Amino acid sequence: MTATVPFNIPFLAVAALIGIALYIIIFRRNLIKLVMGIVILQAGVNLFLITLGYREAGVAPIYTNVPEGVMVLPVPQALTLTSIVIGVSILALMLSMIVHTYRHTGDIDAERSRRMKG
Amino acid sequence: MMSKIVRTISNQLILLVLIFGLYIIMHGHVTPGGGFQGGAIVASGAALIIVAFGSYEIQKRLKERHLSILESGGALIFIGLAFAGMATVFFYNFLVGSPVFGHIPPFGSNPGDIWTGGVVPLMNIGVGLKVLAGLSAIVLAMALAASGEEMEE
Amino acid sequence: MRRVVAAVCLGVVVVFLVVSAFLLHPFGDPPSQMDDYMIQNSQNETGTNNVVAAVLFDYRGFDTLGEATVLFTAVTGVVMLFRAVKKKEEENK
Repeated sequence: MTATVPFNIPFLAVAALIGIALYIIIFRRNLIKLVMGIVILQAGVNLFLITLGYREAGVAPIYTNVPEGVMVLPVPQALTLTSIVIGVSILALMLSMIVHTYRHTGDIDAERSRRMKG
Repeated sequence: MMSKIVRTISNQLILLVLIFGLYIIMHGHVTPGGGFQGGAIVASGAALIIVAFGSYEIQKRLKERHLSILESGGALIFIGLAFAGMATVFFYNFLVGSPVFGHIPPFGSNPGDIWTGGVVPLMNIGVGLKVLAGLSAIVLAMALAASGEEMEE
Repeated sequence: MRRVVAAVCLGVVVVFLVVSAFLLHPFGDPPSQMDDYMIQNSQNETGTNNVVAAVLFDYRGFDTLGEATVLFTAVTGVVMLFRAVKKKEEENK
């Protein structure tokens, strides 16, 4: 069966998202921008999980009044649900730690607020 | 606290959001949806009320103890149902074929029957309660910290 | 100097990702032996119409248990972090 999308464009989109996210995490010093980079990385990984399980001209894997056609794979969709909920929990914990750091040191720069105070 | 128009409209809207979220949780084994999606919908309704009325007014009614009891209750329902099928194996679906939620749908396309599913709709309710209470507690704690108050013990 | 090393490593990782995006299976034709079994047999083994819910709660219930634990831990951590500030402010005064 020949592929309908030339050059696997969805997988290239995942590679671009992960590359941009790694650039933000390495080269930016503001803590809020670091958190945004981690969120973009999680979005790229969720997109990769869903596009792994696509079948050409597929329908949703639910049997209630289903139209004609083959079904897409259900297991990557279940794994993506779990990954999205874990991403939300990690985002909530990171943001509350940033608020805590700002109240203690008065600074949200990743280099300058690393020193432990007495 | 926002203006009178916003408060009146969000008073009416929270009922619709609550009913829609509970519908998505309950029909999770027939239509797309389930526990996690329905819990997130109800938590977004709670965020709407907190933004419209101000977190200090909401904290007098919606205390953190009640949300903690709801969340622990949902987790205990989920683990209790997982242990109840322990005669065969952990997480065994022991309700398929029994009179409680036990019909078996015919193979292929069919209009959905809500009494199917075995132990899956009950687990949906447990996980839905847990996600609902957990995300509402996170939103309430952050809104209180942003306005300068502290949470009561 | 540290930024040059970091930029070279980032370039290697991005090249690896792009090359492996071309070497994966063609988009639209995945290998699917386990998922074919689940699509065929989920209506008379679990009794649900929704195959994704059957996979989440019946075939792979342990993953849902682990995720419920992560959500519980995160909520506990956030509520605890926003409660400890009051005692520190009273100590400093």
